[in-house]
Amino acid sequence: MVAQGKIVWISGPAVKADGMADAKMYETVSVGDAKLIGEVIRLTGDVAFIQVYESTSGLKPGEPVIGTGNPLSVLLGPGIIGQIYDGIQRPLKDLAAKSGSFIGRGITTTPVDMTKQYHFKPSVAVGDEVHPGSIIGTVPETSLIEHKILVPPDHKGGKITNIVAEGDYALETEIATIEGSDIPLKMYHKWPVRQARPYLKRYDPTVPLLTGQRVIDTFFPLAKGGTGSIPGAFGTGKTVTLHQIAKWADSQVVVYIGCGERGNEMTEVLVEFPELKDPRTGKPLMDRTVLVANTSNMPVAAREASIYTGVTIAEYYRDMGYDVVLVADSTSRWAEALREMSGRLEEMPAEEGYPSYLASRLAEFYERAGRVRAKGSPERDGSVSLVGAVSPSGGDFTEPVTTHTMRFIKTFWALDASLAYSRHYPSINWMNSYSGYLADIAKWWSENISADWFDLRSETYGILQREDTLKEIVKLLGPEALPDEEKLILEVARMIKIGILQQNSFDDVDTYCSPEKQFKLMKLQVDFYNKGQQALKDGASLADIRSMEVVSSLLKARMDVKDDEMDKLDKLATDMVEQFKNVTGVKVQN
Amino acid sequence: MSNQGGVQYSKIAEIKGPLVIVDGVDNAAFDELVEIETTDGQRRLGKVLEVGNGKAVVQVFEGTTGLSVSGTNAKFVGKVMEMPVSEQVLGRVFDGLGRAKDGLPEPVADSFLDINGAPMNPEQREYPKDFIQTGVSVIDGMLTLVRGQKLPIFSGSGMSHNILAAQIARQAAIIGTDDSFAVVFAAIGVQYSEAEYFKRSLEESGALKRSVLFLNLADDPAIERIITPRVALTVAEYLAYDLGMHVLVILTDMTNYAEALREISAAREEVPGRKGYPGYLYTDLSTIYERAGRLRGKKGSVTQVPILTMPSDDITHPIPDLTGYITEGQLVLGRDLFRQGVYPPINILMSLSRIMKDGIGEGSTRADHQEISNQNYDAYSRAQEVRALAGIVGKAGLTPVDLNYMNFGDEFEKKFLTQAIDENRTIEETLGLQWNCVSKLPKNELTKVKDKYVDQYYKE
Repeated sequence: MVAQGKIVWISGPAVKADGMADAKMYETVSVGDAKLIGEVIRLTGDVAFIQVYESTSGLKPGEPVIGTGNPLSVLLGPGIIGQIYDGIQRPLKDLAAKSGSFIGRGITTTPVDMTKQYHFKPSVAVGDEVHPGSIIGTVPETSLIEHKILVPPDHKGGKITNIVAEGDYALETEIATIEGSDIPLKMYHKWPVRQARPYLKRYDPTVPLLTGQRVIDTFFPLAKGGTGSIPGAFGTGKTVTLHQIAKWADSQVVVYIGCGERGNEMTEVLVEFPELKDPRTGKPLMDRTVLVANTSNMPVAAREASIYTGVTIAEYYRDMGYDVVLVADSTSRWAEALREMSGRLEEMPAEEGYPSYLASRLAEFYERAGRVRAKGSPERDGSVSLVGAVSPSGGDFTEPVTTHTMRFIKTFWALDASLAYSRHYPSINWMNSYSGYLADIAKWWSENISADWFDLRSETYGILQREDTLKEIVKLLGPEALPDEEKLILEVARMIKIGILQQNSFDDVDTYCSPEKQFKLMKLQVDFYNKGQQALKDGASLADIRSMEVVSSLLKARMDVKDDEMDKLDKLATDMVEQFKNVTGVKVQN
Repeated sequence: MSNQGGVQYSKIAEIKGPLVIVDGVDNAAFDELVEIETTDGQRRLGKVLEVGNGKAVVQVFEGTTGLSVSGTNAKFVGKVMEMPVSEQVLGRVFDGLGRAKDGLPEPVADSFLDINGAPMNPEQREYPKDFIQTGVSVIDGMLTLVRGQKLPIFSGSGMSHNILAAQIARQAAIIGTDDSFAVVFAAIGVQYSEAEYFKRSLEESGALKRSVLFLNLADDPAIERIITPRVALTVAEYLAYDLGMHVLVILTDMTNYAEALREISAAREEVPGRKGYPGYLYTDLSTIYERAGRLRGKKGSVTQVPILTMPSDDITHPIPDLTGYITEGQLVLGRDLFRQGVYPPINILMSLSRIMKDGIGEGSTRADHQEISNQNYDAYSRAQEVRALAGIVGKAGLTPVDLNYMNFGDEFEKKFLTQAIDENRTIEETLGLQWNCVSKLPKNELTKVKDKYVDQYYKE
């Protein structure tokens, strides 16, 4: 029995309706004559409190509210990849077809094209036993993604009594039946967004999520199935960094959520991604990307939902056995949506007006990350890595969203306005950032790149730490107050900053850096430092070391040396040895 | 309560700050336009903020001063607030609610548009990439304005933001096209003299006939300020997307707008966010700023230059802070430069144009544009460090290279940054000046520009 009530009160995105005794919490409802989409977020007697996902302008008390009987759900099936959705999985292309350049209201669409024929290839036969989550066949979705058709996790499974032959079918086609179940399987199923999809077991994250960004991969890495957060004041480059992760991360699927951010940023992704090639496969990046766009001026309640829509889609591809990275820009705007609804509900506020359940909602979201063994057969592992931007008000990291987020994530990339002002990009502050995955993923680097990796990384980081202390002295006394060995630390730290930490996202070569190149660049710097200290002991002057030709080559190598030209870096290493011989040699002769 | 042809009249129950609470309402819609009629025949406009249980909370744009509970009627008009638009609005002056203020009759309307607009579908946006030459070197060279961008000026009280905005409006032109260009100016709670300066400036340059002015002055009702930017942008969108014009919208001063919003929020007894501003300030501001842009298949564009004065020059104050999170960069005026008499006093290190990269380079400005701009940023940032160091250890403690950077800083501020109020520099001149600046540095310091550009443009 679905609820049928009437509106009694309206204030912005919040609506109260009475006669809703049959409504369930988090049920979606149709609101008013315009049939706006809403969700029940509180029930008091027969009065339902509803957050409406569309503008309520013009809505009147007395208009009908009709329940759907279902919680807010996403449709999961082939055709999701390459789409741009709003916060409640309506394709923006379809909205444009129905209401033009500006978003209209009360529009219903299907998340994917239900009439399109997909080539289904069964992977089970009649008589086979399938379980919840099992793969029963595949559909080619894009050039990069083979879509696995799953038994829905809430289906009890059983023996296959019928399955269609390989061929082209629309999504509504009944492709299989299971013994003892009168619900036939189709190529799609629905899943409520606020409920995490189940899995068999969870692993420790031990494989790095490589992003091609040196300061991330080398210094503050994220693991596949891990969680990271990138807080920063405006203008510090959050969005560019997130775009870089979405472009170059070595995951098979990327879900990009523009949650309360700029419209043009989503347009940029839409324009750029089909043109860009995945560095590992050479295929267009759009063939692995799903966009969820609920820009800042779109209705605020749908912004709250967009995060859940995105993470549920991510979990679905994880269950197929893919590594998925989800990027959310920005979780602060999502928290503000929570705050706005909480205010309209007249709940008792906690810090800065945010609701007291802000922390638990953040925790629930980040807990949906993980590297897991999926349910059902065949055995397969997948992961969801979550990266959330945080936009702290006034750039103040002690505000509630930042502080609560820090409790639930393991990698923290702190953006620094003063670095951004001096055009040091990405402006990730190497002293304030941290990664909890460093020890876990060191094994991967030592097995795949070099056994020295961990030690070299520590040595490089050590130079930066020393510089940080020395900088205080320089501020008071000037650089001339330091002995040469310490001046060399300053010099090498400067080289590390320019040659490794800085990375130009808009440079064709520098935008992506392979793990091997990252390692070699780091090794060159450390070698330079050690040889430089030795040369000073052997009597070389700091000025001579500074003016060595190899210095400027080291600074420019990140842009000059392509990923397939590692021999150039090896040549740099031999040049360096030669030039150090010269500086010390000259001194000895004098 | 009485009903006359679908229009409903109700009695006022309570007056509270800018709000009136109307009783006996059974057919009002959320966001609906309301006319308040006093006993002496005065009419004021308002809109429904909350409705239900027979009551409506109405925000009165012209303020509640002089209203009384008895005898005052509220008339629910049956539609949301609309702005009449047509080509005839060009050259006209309106008040903060969009009513003619220049003594001429109301323009004949082609259509009536909801002043709240509707969110642009991000999938339908055209990515902004056309360079706008403002003739102001520091903007064109290092903080390029692009058609369809929203680039605010963050200023402080007393600084030269209005002069700069007027200069941009006069000089902004697009290279290589003869598309029609229009200026929409919305004064939000500014002084008479400031609005007059702007008007005169447009008049003298002959741009007034291509302009539309909306004036809510400092002594006009504060709550009207909620409406002023919205009517202005509604007209701008009409000019851009229906008439195909490139529209530059100047909104000054957004701080007054945010304060009016706070006043209403306080009167509604809402839970405040930071500094008493409502928790939805970000969302509300975005419904203004996000109305900048371009649309696929449409010729025109809406470019916004909002101006706001940062209270106590504090960039972390909620108004500039939330603005900066929405806009595509910011031009920050520096108090130090202003005190030294530099015009325009733009602090380039704190300023940014996010979509500059897409609007410049070969084919639109010049191939070396991005690189020479990066080099100037880098050098200026270094010059500031050297100046700070010189303050401690004295000039004698500086290396020769450091001294070069000091010279660079002086050249940059005196020759490149500084320009006259009526000086309209071409992009070629601007780029030439940038090369003059970096030519104060030895060649091997130019790490951000390709060698071929150094060979071509560096001045020995």
